[in-house]
Amino acid sequence: MLAIDVISTIFISAGAFFMITGTVGLLKFPDFYTRMHATGKCDTLGQVLVILGCVIYEGFTFISIKLLLVAAFYLLAGPASTHALMKAAYVTGLPVWKKGDKRM
Amino acid sequence: MIIPFVIIGLVVASTVLACSYRAIVGPGTYNRIVAANVIGTKAIVILVLVGYMIERPQFIDVALMYAAIAFIGTIIIAKYAERGELCSP
Repeated sequence: MLAIDVISTIFISAGAFFMITGTVGLLKFPDFYTRMHATGKCDTLGQVLVILGCVIYEGFTFISIKLLLVAAFYLLAGPASTHALMKAAYVTGLPVWKKGDKRM
Repeated sequence: MIIPFVIIGLVVASTVLACSYRAIVGPGTYNRIVAANVIGTKAIVILVLVGYMIERPQFIDVALMYAAIAFIGTIIIAKYAERGELCSP
């Protein structure tokens, strides 16, 4: 019982670490595209890691199957929404940051 | 085994507060949409963790529905911002 608690705590802490990293990227990067680059990956991985930690803590029940369903749905939905937003911004002509420009 | 869920929930809630800075003052429309998308993701995680904190597994159904609604909302807002209309006649 104790080993399962420790392993699930490690997974949930790793997910929280990735979420903090994505938030720092969202706050400090200079451009819309680089911000999407930070959050699109870190949030997906962080959410899936937190839910995997909850699944390990729960064991094999009906609730853990629903948790895996949430994780699988977001593993598809997160990159799809990131791509849609990025393409919308690129088509409407949002300027791209280059090295030496001001932050925007 | 309640304590790690409470601590991680507080950490994720503080990152939601940090993201709301970009949602409020971020320049332009797209930065605000990104911040709203990120806050939706973190809300799913907070819902799952709250369901474990007060030991009510019904919150996981709420998290599943919230994931679907946040995804559809982001897709619709991206389409509207790209084309300027939702459905062409």
